[in-house]
Amino acid sequence: MRHRTPLGEAAMTFKRTPLLSGLSIASIGFSLFTIGLFALVALNFRKALATLAERVEVVAFVLRGTPTETISQASQDISAFPEVLEVKFVNADQALSRARRELVEFKEAYRDLQVNPLPASFEVRLRPEFRDAEHAQAVAERLRGFPFVEDVRYGRDWVERLDRLRNMAAAVGAVIGLAFAAVAIVIIGVTIRITVLQRSKEISIMRLVGATNGYIRGPFLIEGAIKGVAGGILAIAMCWITFALFRRTTADTGATLVFFGTVQMVLIVVFGTTIGLGGSLLSVGRHLKNV
Amino acid sequence: MIRFNHVSKTYANGVVGLKDVTFQIPKGQFVFLTGHSGAGKSSILSLILAEQKPTEGEVRVSGYQIGKLTRHEIPRLRRRLGIVFQDFRLLEYHTVEENVAFALEVTGARRETIPNRAMRALTQVGLASKARAYPKELSGGEQQRVAIARALVNDPHILIADEPTGNLDERATRGVFQLLQEINAGGTVVVMATHNMELVRDTGYRTVELSGGRIVFDSGVDEEGATR
Repeated sequence: MRHRTPLGEAAMTFKRTPLLSGLSIASIGFSLFTIGLFALVALNFRKALATLAERVEVVAFVLRGTPTETISQASQDISAFPEVLEVKFVNADQALSRARRELVEFKEAYRDLQVNPLPASFEVRLRPEFRDAEHAQAVAERLRGFPFVEDVRYGRDWVERLDRLRNMAAAVGAVIGLAFAAVAIVIIGVTIRITVLQRSKEISIMRLVGATNGYIRGPFLIEGAIKGVAGGILAIAMCWITFALFRRTTADTGATLVFFGTVQMVLIVVFGTTIGLGGSLLSVGRHLKNV
Repeated sequence: MIRFNHVSKTYANGVVGLKDVTFQIPKGQFVFLTGHSGAGKSSILSLILAEQKPTEGEVRVSGYQIGKLTRHEIPRLRRRLGIVFQDFRLLEYHTVEENVAFALEVTGARRETIPNRAMRALTQVGLASKARAYPKELSGGEQQRVAIARALVNDPHILIADEPTGNLDERATRGVFQLLQEINAGGTVVVMATHNMELVRDTGYRTVELSGGRIVFDSGVDEEGATR
C-alpha cells in the first residue's frame, strides 16, 4: 500500500494532471520571464550608465610656478578624500603633448607655440558610488580651497543630466517592475487557485475525516514550491534564449551586453518559489475557509 | 452522546434551517432522521459535524460544545465521528485500501498499524478482496461499503450517514443497511438521514421527523418528552 506523504501527494498531482501542472509552471515561467526581461534591460541600462559615469572627473588647474613639493603634498591630501578613487597630476608639458595627440584639428596651432599655454592640473577620478553631481561639486569646492588652484571643472551640466537620467531610470524601473510583479502574482494566484478548486472534493473529504488544516496545506505548499522553482528555471531559460538572440543581432554594434549573475538567477528562482508558495498558501487558505 | 437544546439555525442568506429543536441521542442508539428536502435534516447533520455553529441554543456532541469549538478542536471532534455520504465521496485516484487508510493517515495514526487496521475495516464490510481495486471499478453498493469502512476505521463513537442508500438499488440498500445495523450492534451511535420510509417502517428504530426546521414527530420520546 502506498502511504500518503506530502511530497508523494504533490508528485502525484503532477502525474495526475500533467496539463494543469504544466500550465501552472508555464504561467509562473512566463510571468517571471516578463519581469526577468525587464530586469535584464534595466541591468544593461544601469551598466551603460555606470560606464558613462566612469567619465565623471574633476579637474583642478594649478597655478604656474607651484612648487613640486606642494604638488606632491596636495596629491596625497586629495587622495585622502573619501570620494576619491585616483588622483593624477598632469604637468604642463604632458598636457600639451596630450593636446597635440588628441586634438588633431588644432595640431597646427599647437605645433609652433613658443610658450606652452596649457596649465598643469590634477585629474581626480571619483569612486563609483560618488559619481554624481552632488559629490562632484563637493570635491570641486574642496579643491578650490587650495591656494594654488586656479580653476576647477567637472562638466557640471553633463553630470547633472546623468543624475536626472539615473533617477528617472530608477523611478520608471521601480514602477514598471512593480506592475509586472503584481500582474505575475495575480496570474500565478489564479492558476494555483484552479488547481486547488480541482481538488476541492478531496480537501472537503480530508476535513470531514478530521485532517488538520496543516495536514491539508502540506502537499499544496510543496506543489506550489515545485511549480515556483520550475517556473523560475523556465523564466531564466527563456531570458537566456532572448538574450542570446538579441546579442547576436547587435553583435556588429560593439555593444557589450550582460546577463544575470549567479546570485540574480538564484534570486529569480527564490522569487518564483516564494510566489508559488504564497499563491498556494493564499488559495488553500481561502478555500479552507469555505469548505 | 448527542444533545440539541433549543437549537435554531439561520443561515447568512436568511434561510431558516432549524427552529427551536430539542432532542438527545444516548449511547448505542440507532436514529433515523426523516423529512422532505429542506426540512432540516442536513442542518442537524451539519451541526453535529461542526460544519456550522448554532445561531441559538446548545449542541453537544461526544462531550464537545459545538458553538464553542476552537479551530483546533474541530479535527479532534471529527476523528470521533464516522461520516458516510449519499455520493460516497471516495478519492478516485486511490485504491480502496488507500481510501480507507487515508482516514487513519490524516489523524496521524502510527504508520505501521495502518495497513492492518485498513484491512480489518475492509473485512468488516466484506470488501477485503477488492482492496487493490479503484472506486470506479466497483458497484455503487460496494463504493458505499468502502465509504463505511473509511468511516469505521477510526472506531468512531458516532456514525453519521447522510442518505447512504439514496444512490443504491434495493439489494444494495439492504446490504448497506444491514452493515449499519451491525455497526450499531457493536455500540456505535448511528444517525441516518433518509427518505426511504420503507426502511424506516420495517426496522422499528427511533425516528425523528422534521418539517420546516422543527421536529414534528419523535418516536423516541414519551408523552412527557423524556427520551426512551
